[in-house]
Amino acid sequence: MRYIEPHGHMVSRVTDDYLDMITAGCAAVCEPAFWAGFDRSSVNGFYDYFCQLTEHEPKRAAKFGLAHYTWLCINPKESEDVALAQDVLGIIPKFLDRPNVLGIGEIGLNKNSRNEMKVLEMHVDLAARTNQLILVHTPHLEDKLKGTRLIVDVLRSDKRIQPERCIIDHVEEHTIKMVLDAGFWAGMTLYPESKCTAARATDMIEMYGAERVWMNSACDWGVSVPLAVPYAALEMRKRGHSNEAVDRLIFQNPARFMSQSPKFKVPKF
Amino acid sequence: MRKTSNRLMTRQQLLDLYFMEARAKLIDLGAFMDRVERATGDEDFRMKGFRTALAELNKTGTDRAERVLLALSDLSTEPIAAATTKAACGAYPGTK
Repeated sequence: MRYIEPHGHMVSRVTDDYLDMITAGCAAVCEPAFWAGFDRSSVNGFYDYFCQLTEHEPKRAAKFGLAHYTWLCINPKESEDVALAQDVLGIIPKFLDRPNVLGIGEIGLNKNSRNEMKVLEMHVDLAARTNQLILVHTPHLEDKLKGTRLIVDVLRSDKRIQPERCIIDHVEEHTIKMVLDAGFWAGMTLYPESKCTAARATDMIEMYGAERVWMNSACDWGVSVPLAVPYAALEMRKRGHSNEAVDRLIFQNPARFMSQSPKFKVPKF
Repeated sequence: MRKTSNRLMTRQQLLDLYFMEARAKLIDLGAFMDRVERATGDEDFRMKGFRTALAELNKTGTDRAERVLLALSDLSTEPIAAATTKAACGAYPGTK
C-alpha cells in the first residue's frame, strides 16, 4: 500500500510517528500552517514558524525518506486580530517561492465572525494575486454548516478563484454535497472523536463518489491518529473496495490535486 | 451531485460487519443518558440538542447522520459580531 498524507501537522508529532507512517506506506506528507494551541504574540512568531515549516521540518522528514510540503497562512483561530493578520499576510510572500510551499492554507473560519471573514478574504486575495492553490479549514462541530456555507460563498464570489484549485477540508455528511456541487475538492478528516470515522468516510465515498475527494489524518497536538489514512484504507477493503479504488483515493487523488502546483513531485513508490 | 446506493455489500454482510460495534455504541449512549439523569444540578442546551438529534435516528431514510449533524448545528447564516472563544461545544445554544 502507498498513500499520501495530505494534511498532517508534523511539527507537533514525534519522530516515531514519521517512522510509523513511512512503514505504513506514506510517500509524502503535506503540512498546512496551524494554530499552535496558544496565540502567538507577534508576527515574529509566525516568521519563525514559517521557517520551521519550510526549512527544518522538510529536513526532519527527509531523514525518513519522506517528501514534505507545506501551506502558509495565519490560522482562522488567530484571525480575530485583524492587525496581526495583516502583518502575517505581509511576510507570507517572502516564503511563497520556497521549494516545498504548495499554497495558502489552512485558511477558513473558526467561529464564523466578521473579522475571520475579513482575514479569509485577505488570504483568498493573496492566493489569487500569486496564483497559489488554496486549502480551507472548515469550523468545528456546531459551527461547521454555517462556516462552510460562508466559505463557499467567499470563494465563489471571487471570480479569480478556480474551484478545482481549492480543497475544502473537514467535510462531513451535512457539508460534502455543497462543496462538491460547487466544484471544489473535499477533504475528509479522520478523527477519533470529531469530524469523521473511517466507516463514515467510506459511507460518503459510496454515496458521493471519489472523484474530487481525499482523506487525511490532520494529526496535530490534539486527539488524532497519524495512521488514520492507512486504517481507513483497511476499512474500505473490508467493505469490498478494490485495491485500485483505495489507491486512487489515498494516493492518486491527493497527487492529482497537489500536482496543480509545479513544485509537487509525485513520489516514486 | 446525487447520492448513490451501496452495491458492494448486502444488508446481511453490513450487519455482520458493523452490528456489534453499533450495539456497543447504543449501550454507551444509554449509559451516558442514565449517568446525566442520575447526577444532580441542571442540564444545558447540549442535552436538548442531543435529544433532538436522537429523535432523528428513529425516522426513516438514508440520511440519518446528516440529520443528526443538522440537529446539532447553528442554522443561522450571518457572521457573528466577534469571536469570544475559540472552542466549539458540539451543540448550538440557540437550538430550535
